[in-house]
Amino acid sequence: MGKGFLTNVFRLYYDGFRNMTLGRTLWIIILVKLFVIFVVLKVFFFPNHIKENSTAGEEDEYVAGEMIKRGIDH
Amino acid sequence: MNFLSAIDLGTIEWSRAQFALTAIYHWLFVPLTLGLAVVMAVMETKYYLTKDDFWKRTAMFWQRLFGVNFAMGVATGIILEFEFGTNWSNYSWFVGDIFGAPLAIEGIVAFFMESTFVAVMFFGWKKVSPGFHLAATWLTGLGATLSAWWILVANAWMQYPVGCEFNPDTMRNEMVSFADVALSPFAIDKFCHTVISAWIIGGVFTVAVSCWYLLKKREEKMALASVKIGAIVGLIASIGAAATGHHSAQRVAEVQPMKLAAMEALYNGGESQSLTVISLLNPFTQPDYEKGEEAPLKIAVPYGLSILATNSLGGYVPGVNDILNGYTRPNGIRELSADEKIERGQLAIQALADYRAAKKDGADKAQLNALLDKLKVNMPYFGYGYIRDKSELVPPIPINFYAFRVMVGVGCLLILFFMVVLFFCYKRDISRPAWLQKTAIVMVPLAYLASECGWLVAEFGRQPWTIQDMLPTVASVSNVNSGSVVITFFIFLALFTTMLAVEINIMLKQISKGA
Repeated sequence: MGKGFLTNVFRLYYDGFRNMTLGRTLWIIILVKLFVIFVVLKVFFFPNHIKENSTAGEEDEYVAGEMIKRGIDH
Repeated sequence: MNFLSAIDLGTIEWSRAQFALTAIYHWLFVPLTLGLAVVMAVMETKYYLTKDDFWKRTAMFWQRLFGVNFAMGVATGIILEFEFGTNWSNYSWFVGDIFGAPLAIEGIVAFFMESTFVAVMFFGWKKVSPGFHLAATWLTGLGATLSAWWILVANAWMQYPVGCEFNPDTMRNEMVSFADVALSPFAIDKFCHTVISAWIIGGVFTVAVSCWYLLKKREEKMALASVKIGAIVGLIASIGAAATGHHSAQRVAEVQPMKLAAMEALYNGGESQSLTVISLLNPFTQPDYEKGEEAPLKIAVPYGLSILATNSLGGYVPGVNDILNGYTRPNGIRELSADEKIERGQLAIQALADYRAAKKDGADKAQLNALLDKLKVNMPYFGYGYIRDKSELVPPIPINFYAFRVMVGVGCLLILFFMVVLFFCYKRDISRPAWLQKTAIVMVPLAYLASECGWLVAEFGRQPWTIQDMLPTVASVSNVNSGSVVITFFIFLALFTTMLAVEINIMLKQISKGA
């Protein structure tokens, strides 16, 4: 893979991003959306339930406990 | 102790509602991405073949609309994975590797193919050769379609779990055959039907936008050229969706007969069954299927359901009561009754509990093997062990019945619509009839409604299962407070509504600007 190829790839993205019009608005929307999804929602509202309720390496114990209890106790 | 005292019932319903909301919203973007990908690629192919700048401008215009939709849809599917981990953690753990592989491949394909070729498509008009650019445009669509393939493989596995084995030590399903999972006949049918139906959305959208220009007497050359391509793509896709839909129905009849019975509101089945076109089924309550009374004012096509399900006039189709009480398939295989399956499911759960307890207590190998054998022989009915009453095995019949009819009805209407549009394109003058142009605009929400109804049938029809026969929703849901699920439901509702309003606003502005 020649240096020329890499330069062309770089120029493609560099010029593309620099000359965006509508794309600029869309990128802002994408970045805001990703921030809300990954930083706000994931961190504050969507914890990993099993990790929070079991010790590392014993997740199967927690799941087994939940599933067997629900199956047998009713 | 009843497990319902430990699990808030509202958690199940709100978690389902939240998942449905997210999936329905996600599905507003996906079909337009897949459909417009074909339309814009066809247009660029015309440019490549004719070297006429008009086609370049036309292709660029549709690529811009594709870009708006693509950007707004990016990452909306990831929220579904968050919900797996928080609201559906038992399910998420239980499916184990099966979901991991397709979703990982989907992520890689989506990231590398789409990010590479989308960039070339948007940034590369003056940087790469026309042939390379055309290839990038087609590969953008192919990348999106391949992404859809892996997501649909994961969904199909939940409807028809194959290629896996349950490991009671890890409490996870482990993949034993990647080929069986990736090339499951259910996945192939689902992929063909879903992707082809997405092309219809692309076709309708193209025709509608073009007709809007014709109504406004703007961009007429581009609109006249685009409307033909949109209608051709739409007609081919509509006919393809009907054919693949027929095939999908046969697969459902084979592996999810309860779903088909619910779609048809068929309570007592038999041979030579008719297909209900419409009847006055009460849309608000689950019918009393045990009585077997048909809904009033039923209009039906004789033998239609037997043909749909079995390709034979006299084909046997079981009804809800047959499935609950047990029946014999035409090939002689006896299907257990619901009560028998529930008993077998309870044996499986008990064997799992005994096996894990015995292993902890240091039981010998012979004892463990005996328990494993007991689990293995009853594992196909594992999920039935969570069912308290056999009525829980019947999906909501009115939703399935009406959603199926909306999907098929609008699908048939679309075939007629595209034929009329093409007739006016080639034999009359499509730029004149305002009624047809206005109809085209109305067809966009109708086509979306049909598309979403397809998913309603697929997902409501498999209730109570998250994984068919293996795991019901009551066992899949996390032991979380329903209050937190309610809060995130309304956060999503507000977020999705805002994002949809933003997309429609940007899209309309771009359409208003023209080529």
